[in-house]
Amino acid sequence: MKERVIQLEVFRYNPDTDTEGHYQHYEVSCLEEWVVLDALNKVKETLDPTLNFRWSCHMAVCGSCGMMINGEPKLACHTFLRNYPGTIRVEPLVHFPVERDLVTAPDDFMEKLKRVKPYIIRKQKQPIEQGEYKQTPKELLRFRQYAMCINCTLCYAACPEYGLTKHFIGPAALALAHRYNQDSRDQGRDERQEVVATKEGIWECTFVGACSEVCPVHVDPASALQQMKIASSFDWIKEHLLPGGGK
Amino acid sequence: MAKSNKPVVWFPFAAGGTVIAFFIPVIALLTLMVALGKVPAGLTYEGMHSWLADCVLAKLAVLGIVALSLWSSAHRLRCTCFDFGLRMDTLVATVLYIAAIVASIAAGVYLFRI
Amino acid sequence: MSQKPLIREVPPTSWYFRHPRYLRYMSREVTSIFVGAYCVLLVFGLGALAGGKESYESFLLALQSPLSIAFHVLAFIAALYHATTWFNATQVAMKIQIGEDFVPGSTITGAHYVIWAVLSVIIILLAGVF
Repeated sequence: MKERVIQLEVFRYNPDTDTEGHYQHYEVSCLEEWVVLDALNKVKETLDPTLNFRWSCHMAVCGSCGMMINGEPKLACHTFLRNYPGTIRVEPLVHFPVERDLVTAPDDFMEKLKRVKPYIIRKQKQPIEQGEYKQTPKELLRFRQYAMCINCTLCYAACPEYGLTKHFIGPAALALAHRYNQDSRDQGRDERQEVVATKEGIWECTFVGACSEVCPVHVDPASALQQMKIASSFDWIKEHLLPGGGK
Repeated sequence: MAKSNKPVVWFPFAAGGTVIAFFIPVIALLTLMVALGKVPAGLTYEGMHSWLADCVLAKLAVLGIVALSLWSSAHRLRCTCFDFGLRMDTLVATVLYIAAIVASIAAGVYLFRI
Repeated sequence: MSQKPLIREVPPTSWYFRHPRYLRYMSREVTSIFVGAYCVLLVFGLGALAGGKESYESFLLALQSPLSIAFHVLAFIAALYHATTWFNATQVAMKIQIGEDFVPGSTITGAHYVIWAVLSVIIILLAGVF
């Protein structure tokens, strides 16, 4: 198996001793088919045990290892060394505060995710005796793509509007709201609209589309957001221009 | 936070963007030809008068295209100003939307004088 | 969150230089300046038309300056860039589900291009270009 010496420029920040970040250079011998996460682990095991970063599944399903790799938000386990001939610059995901080294504080995203109520809401619960909520493949298709989200927050790092306006609820949380709105078992769209159809919700989005470009699992949050804008506009017309508020 | 009234400005923006996409390139091409000295028959005074002068439907269609395109450009320019770092959004929005409305009213007045 | 997280500020006036996709986005947005200015020019044209034959013909003449030609080329390119980005965007915004499949995005965008081409040809013919 062929080896290659990889040059890494890695962002370091120690909250106990530093007031700003700095870059540390590592030179590490890797196998050709490795990913950036493997290189970081080799650095941690053989060169510098103080390097901190999050990771878990190593297969792009847990969403833990999001980082900026040469300026692009990527999953470190999903970024192959063979695509990077030169020095690889590794930084924590932008638009989030840095706890230490490559570890970010995703608190803002977690709070916003909770706010959009990403769970089935029923106005009337079906009694157990009536059995399961049945769903056809057609009904599943309406929301399946948006359910693929692994909460990796690469889209938040890519979204310039989130970077400029911290109150923006953001691509993933809004796409997940849409996922539940589209689910035939859900009856909670009106509740979610109070959160989503606001200045900090879908209306902060200007359809840059960066979120969908960086999503590792092809959720396409941009499409969810535009669909919600169109639906919310029709809602607004119904509520404000039709007699009785369209009810 | 209360539901936003953004649809009021966004819906015409979306409609206008569609109108711009379908109509403005070809219209710009026609006036580019005029600029290059080759006035197409339909763009002479007689040509324009013939289909606009007495047809209310034609006037409304032209007004629709011009007004929606103006509004869509104004809204996009508002967002662009914000993206460029100009943060006084309320001021920028007011100036741009009023400009679009004034220009649209002018277009309407001119059209009905033809 | 820990006691001392590091906040990295986003430069508010130069963030779009960080990645080519942001430059492409800003180019798309900036087309609104040229398209908007062009629409204002159209309003002046309508005003000239309403003012009678002489005022309209002097408007047409005024359009024949080098500055006007340059502006027209820019406006035309801006309008084209707006149209292509808009048509490509509609396939993202319009998800049409037929049974257990989605209509392919390329079909939706393609249909827009076809309509645009047909409309443009009709307008060119009606304008008596040929």
